[in-house]
Amino acid sequence: MNLLVAQAQTIEAPEIEYGAIAPLLIVLGAACVSVLLEALLPKHQRWAVQLVLTLVSMVAATGTLIVYATSDRPETGIATLAGAIAVDSPSLFLWATLLVLAFGSVLLIADRSVEPGGAFVAQAAIRPGTVQDRAQATKTGMQTEVFPLTLFALGGMMTFVAANDLLTMFIALEVLSLPLYLLCGLARRRRLLSQEAAVKYFLLGAFASAFFLYGVALLYGYAGSVKLSAIATAAGGTDRSDTLLFAGFGLLVVGLLFKAAVGPFHAWTPDVYQGAPTPVTAFMAACTKVAAFGGILRVLTVAFENTQWEWRGVLYAVAVVSMVIGAILGLTQTDVKRMIAYSSVAHAGFLLIGSIALTPEGDAPGVSATMFYLLAYGFTTIAAFGIVSLVRNSDGEATHLSQWAGLAKRSPIVAATFTFLLLALAGIPLTSGFIGKFVVFSAAIEAGLTPLVVIALVASAVAAFFYLRVIVLMYFSDPAPDGPTVTVPGAFTTIAITLGAVVTLVLGLWPTFVLDWAGTGTFLS
Amino acid sequence: MTWVLIALLVVPLVGALVVAFLRKDDKKAKLVALAFSLVELVLAVLLWTAYDPDGDRIQLATGVDWIPAFGVRLSFGIDGIALVMIAVIALLIPLVIGAGWTEKLPAGRSQGGYLSLILVQEAVTVAVFAATDVFLFYVLFEVMLIPMYFLIGGYGGARRQYAAVKFFLYSFLGGLIMLASAIGAYAMASDELGKGTFDWATLVTVVRDADSTTQTWLFLGFFLAFAIKAPLVPFHTWLPDAAAEAPIGVTVIVVGILDKVGTFGMLRYLLPMFPEASKNLAPLVLVLAVAGVLYGSLLATGQRDMKRFLAYVSIAHFGFIALGIFSFTSQAGVGSVSYMLNHSISTGMLILVVGMIIARGGSSLISDYGGMSKVAPLLAGMLLISGLTTLSLPGTNSFVSEFLVLIGSFPTQPVFTIIATVGMVLAALYVLWLYQRIMTGPLRGDALLGAAAGPGAVGDPEKKTTIGDLTKREIAVLAPLVVIVLALGFYPQPVLDVITPTVGATLTEVGVTDPVTVQEGK
Repeated sequence: MNLLVAQAQTIEAPEIEYGAIAPLLIVLGAACVSVLLEALLPKHQRWAVQLVLTLVSMVAATGTLIVYATSDRPETGIATLAGAIAVDSPSLFLWATLLVLAFGSVLLIADRSVEPGGAFVAQAAIRPGTVQDRAQATKTGMQTEVFPLTLFALGGMMTFVAANDLLTMFIALEVLSLPLYLLCGLARRRRLLSQEAAVKYFLLGAFASAFFLYGVALLYGYAGSVKLSAIATAAGGTDRSDTLLFAGFGLLVVGLLFKAAVGPFHAWTPDVYQGAPTPVTAFMAACTKVAAFGGILRVLTVAFENTQWEWRGVLYAVAVVSMVIGAILGLTQTDVKRMIAYSSVAHAGFLLIGSIALTPEGDAPGVSATMFYLLAYGFTTIAAFGIVSLVRNSDGEATHLSQWAGLAKRSPIVAATFTFLLLALAGIPLTSGFIGKFVVFSAAIEAGLTPLVVIALVASAVAAFFYLRVIVLMYFSDPAPDGPTVTVPGAFTTIAITLGAVVTLVLGLWPTFVLDWAGTGTFLS
Repeated sequence: MTWVLIALLVVPLVGALVVAFLRKDDKKAKLVALAFSLVELVLAVLLWTAYDPDGDRIQLATGVDWIPAFGVRLSFGIDGIALVMIAVIALLIPLVIGAGWTEKLPAGRSQGGYLSLILVQEAVTVAVFAATDVFLFYVLFEVMLIPMYFLIGGYGGARRQYAAVKFFLYSFLGGLIMLASAIGAYAMASDELGKGTFDWATLVTVVRDADSTTQTWLFLGFFLAFAIKAPLVPFHTWLPDAAAEAPIGVTVIVVGILDKVGTFGMLRYLLPMFPEASKNLAPLVLVLAVAGVLYGSLLATGQRDMKRFLAYVSIAHFGFIALGIFSFTSQAGVGSVSYMLNHSISTGMLILVVGMIIARGGSSLISDYGGMSKVAPLLAGMLLISGLTTLSLPGTNSFVSEFLVLIGSFPTQPVFTIIATVGMVLAALYVLWLYQRIMTGPLRGDALLGAAAGPGAVGDPEKKTTIGDLTKREIAVLAPLVVIVLALGFYPQPVLDVITPTVGATLTEVGVTDPVTVQEGK
């Protein structure tokens, strides 16, 4: 009877705080408009219009974000759309981070001067190695769908970091992943490698999504709700079976760690980073990392904070494995993109340390530290991939390390910038990478994770070796006679690299402003 | 007078910037770099006059907030030890520039780039000694590696890449472990004071009362960094490679100046911050120190390469310095600090002289030389003087220091002191044997006669060789060092006056008292 009565009631539309979620609506709305433009505009106009739309929508979204963040909003944040989206201080910080990093990535994506016509294939349907493929490689046409795909991925990421229940989080995960799978397969050169990367990423990503969804199902069985706060309440005091809770937690976290490229769930990372078009790699390395760790931070601190003593040991071990894999396998790499991929696995280990730095009193000193690290790492990575895209020979990018020998003699500015970025990745003082590591490690020591920090420091020293090796190659080796040339970048790539390098320097010297901002508030619980 | 300290930090940086723009014109670059380094020397003299030995613990203190969220400040100030080290840097850099005036750099490298890095190195090293914020000290400790990495890797010998990376990784790892300890100290301060700080003076008051387990761990973190830097055996293996591969001027900086950051760190950070642990772990450090004295001396005796020889000599001397520091008497402490100064001067001079020999012969193998005093008597004299001060002959500056270390260490650590004394005997052996092989006997060796003469060939002293004696420029470089060596050998009081109060304050912070003052002991 009750059921019937309930069905008879009219469904009330939930309250929507349009001001709070305006950035999200703008990005997703622009993505939809962008799809329509793709259908309606003639081919030769698409690139310019799509680019303007994408950049304008990002700037507009950032603008509304700033307006909302500086307005008189509730200190603890709000939940809107029937509690599906939480707009709190961390959400706003991560949204802003995602928007600025995506802005930089889109500049790299839009560049058509480094590779004539852009880094993307003219028509994705052309089979690799055929006559049409060879023809498209020399022409300047480009699959302009990359812009709506990027916008959808960005919208998914923004939803992911703000998702207040696990189902929203899952949908956001798919919205951010599917466009990325496609983007990986769109490289103009080395199409086979690119398509292999896309298929690999898709298959493994599908597995990870399945794990995530299964975890959601088990947690729903445990808590009777998919809301993060409801899971926290249920875990706080019930006599329900812990098996469901921890099985669900484990599966859920596997899905998240996969997206974040944390070892041992990193197997896709080197192949995908290598095969994907470099601008897309930059976008994935910077923004997907932010989104995935934004999600991990929220899930761990909101839903599972009060069970931290049960799971902390597991993630402790995962962090160690990730740092060790990243640092040691990074030593053996001979391809600069794969090397940065393994470096990202090591960095994921450092980020995980920040994510599990919860004190027994329930404080989470690691949240603001991890968010700062994400911002700093994102900018450095985008600039680093921007530089990777400049070093080319007749086959496209020259990513084999031996081809980078003696680069400093030919292009001192490019070599100096890349050296600076590598030092930042290694965490040398006066770069943002150092401040990021410092805040994360301080938070971890505060939370009683000192042994983990010592392991992390040793891993940093090991990882420093492979960054140094590139510097040695560029500065102290003689250039190969048939070595690659460094393309003079167009305005877009120049802006992206400059932005990344300048932010890396500024955050290394004056991090206070961003640190304060990252530390303004906690997750809505 | 705080402006002097700030100027000391800024002048070399400005110089580096100017010189970096003169990469096209080597001559102008050298002149400008020399001018800036001389300005720095004048500033260092001013700093010395501004320092009041009987004044505060840290003088000329100045600072601004850097990262308020962590209580990190850009704060600088000097005590007697830092003053002495800054003065010796300012003294050596112009001599290094002068000594390398005609040195040929690897193809494609400009003097502008080289000298610019040297000046950056000078600025950062001065800043390391002047930093009074532990976070700032760590930052500079690591940043100090970057110009040196490029100096060794870009301008060094055949295995320079290996040496540069090894140097960097050793120090970087040590620094990172130190960072963990620094964060640990910071966390203690935030617990105790409610607000975190990295201010040295504040951290000292907080950390010194920690329980002894915590102190031990934090001590070990800092100690590892300093033991690698100093270097103490068994953390020394980077030094022979770095010293052998670096160009000679850079070897002076590595061995003469950078290494002192390690022993300086022990005095400034280890002892005051962790007095309990320093006393408990002193036997460990002393074992490493005495092992270093013997090991360094023996390996120095057996070296065939002059630059590696210099590295092992330094390792032996650092053993003496560490012995003095961890004996906890004011005599030994003053001896160690003056040893830090005198080692820079006498080893610096020895390296410069060896560099002049290598510049003539084109080889750093001892066996390529022989009977060189026949053609270069002045150079031979200089090698003898620098060698004698290295083996601490009475009347030279090093004698005062070594004597103070041994006499001061004996009351508290008789066994270690007696073993270390063997190092003095070995020093006479390796120095005089080096002199004998290079300078005395008939003129011989591939480097002097040319490879065509073949091994074992003996030259005719009457015949003209291309090897000449010291030039006016080289005399100008070495003369000030000879004067200082003898002056400080006979009248060390000005230096001892400056460092004695600081050493006394350090020992008070450790909580040891000893009735014997330096003045009476002398």
